Amino acid sequence: MQIYLPIAEVSVNAFLLLGLGGMVGVLSGMFGVGGGFLMTPLLFFIGIPPAVAVATEANQIVASSFSGVLAHFRRKTVDLRMGVVLLIGGLVGAALGVFVFNYLKSLGQVDLLVKLCYVVFLGVIGGLMFIESLNAIRKTAKGGAVPKRKKHNWIHKLPFKMRFRVSGLYISVIPPLLVGLVVGILAAIMGVGGGFIMVPAMIYLLGMPTKVVVGTSLFQIIFVTAFTTMLHATTNFTVDVVLAVLLLVGGVIGAQIGTRIGVKMKAEQLRILLAIMVLAVCGKLAFDLLVMPSELYSIGAAEGH
Amino acid sequence: MIRWLFALLLVALPAAAAEEVVLGLSQSEVAITTNFNGSEIFVFGAIKRDAPMPEGDMGVIVTISGPPVPVSVRKKERRFGIWVNTDVVEIEAAPSYYAVATSGPLEDVLSTRENILRKVSVPSMIQSISAPTTVLDATGYVNALIRIRENAEAFQLLEGQVVVDDDTLFRTRIKLPAALTEGAYQTRILLTRDGAVVDQYQTAIDVRKVGLERWLYSLSRNQPFLYGLMSLAIAIFAGWSASAAFSLLRN
Repeated sequence: MQIYLPIAEVSVNAFLLLGLGGMVGVLSGMFGVGGGFLMTPLLFFIGIPPAVAVATEANQIVASSFSGVLAHFRRKTVDLRMGVVLLIGGLVGAALGVFVFNYLKSLGQVDLLVKLCYVVFLGVIGGLMFIESLNAIRKTAKGGAVPKRKKHNWIHKLPFKMRFRVSGLYISVIPPLLVGLVVGILAAIMGVGGGFIMVPAMIYLLGMPTKVVVGTSLFQIIFVTAFTTMLHATTNFTVDVVLAVLLLVGGVIGAQIGTRIGVKMKAEQLRILLAIMVLAVCGKLAFDLLVMPSELYSIGAAEGH
Repeated sequence: MIRWLFALLLVALPAAAAEEVVLGLSQSEVAITTNFNGSEIFVFGAIKRDAPMPEGDMGVIVTISGPPVPVSVRKKERRFGIWVNTDVVEIEAAPSYYAVATSGPLEDVLSTRENILRKVSVPSMIQSISAPTTVLDATGYVNALIRIRENAEAFQLLEGQVVVDDDTLFRTRIKLPAALTEGAYQTRILLTRDGAVVDQYQTAIDVRKVGLERWLYSLSRNQPFLYGLMSLAIAIFAGWSASAAFSLLRN
């Protein structure tokens, strides 16, 4: 069944979108990630204009994060104080990101920026995750001890300290603000929630306990992506609500199925699978940038001169 | 889906030329609905004559043109090992859709002079190119635009697709792609003798989003803040109901 998307102005198969939403939903449920980093490139591949894909995906992430954060609130695994600090950084970052996005759009380089961001971040995160989970698998095979996390580092020497009760931390607000800022910029440019960067940063950089990390990052992601959605909707008019609804219907159902599959698998296996998938998406995007395209020219809307 | 946009209208019109294109509109709209998947326009009419048929080879040309909008064509070049957009050529007016249907090979039914004058063929219709001085091959950009739009079936040259019966009645079908933009689609019917245009009939087909599509589109342009809030409300409601539904299922 073909559906004409009112904002993207293209006609696509509704079942394809439901299926994509479902598939990414299963993966996001399995691995506990937002799935934006997979969905946005997939939307590029099926011919949705990149600007629409990025803006609409931000809207879809609001839905999936909201669904997820409710469960974490019930379990009391959200550090609201930390969440608000991350959020302040995130909102500033999102505003900066949309500004950069619009500026590069006027130069005709937005596709390149988005794709380069994907290649760099997916490559780095995927690579690190792959190495780390390989080591973890090797260690569990040998039966060795898990390495202890460093408790004190340069982070603890910074000023403006604040107590975060839920996380059991007494640290400076500067690092969480910066983490939030970076994630906000990425959310606006890449159309992702940024969980895949924020979660490792919270664990390794801020030293937050793992159990509050996902809930707190989801809390931050909801507001940052909601803000990004509003910015894209009011400056670029690129949020396609019909596309978002189709994706999120498949997404929320898929996520619940994925969660069940995830429970049955080992953490290291899950992480290595996720790493492989991240690297595959990265490889495909890098390949497209490196290989001579079959069509050298592209048509875009003219910018006001 | 065949839309009978034009119906034959054989009312006597005051004759200005020896030959005249006669055609009427029964329906002048294409509605883009939620399940819009392209459309086919059926154009037909007749040639009215007050005098005996003149000498010369007759030709009929039907053109449909989407609203002309400025576009920019960018070219990719290899920089630092990756392919990036470099130079840009602005084209001040290129229709999002353009179809030409003729009763014979275009060069036979229309002279080069008339083609340029009336902007019939695709290359003659794209105009006003502004290229920076660094770009030497501006025509390459125009050709690329034409090539890309032809591949997307947004530009069509349908030679010999207009059927003429008894030198009087003509008909043709023109396909509109699914990815259609809104606006007034200018429709021309040209009647030629030995390549010279003897009569021209012009009308417009209104292509519009209707219903939900119309409402969402205009809301996103006129009330973007409200539209954004609505998108968020839908997302939050969907997220909440998914969470609620599955916790019900689990219990």
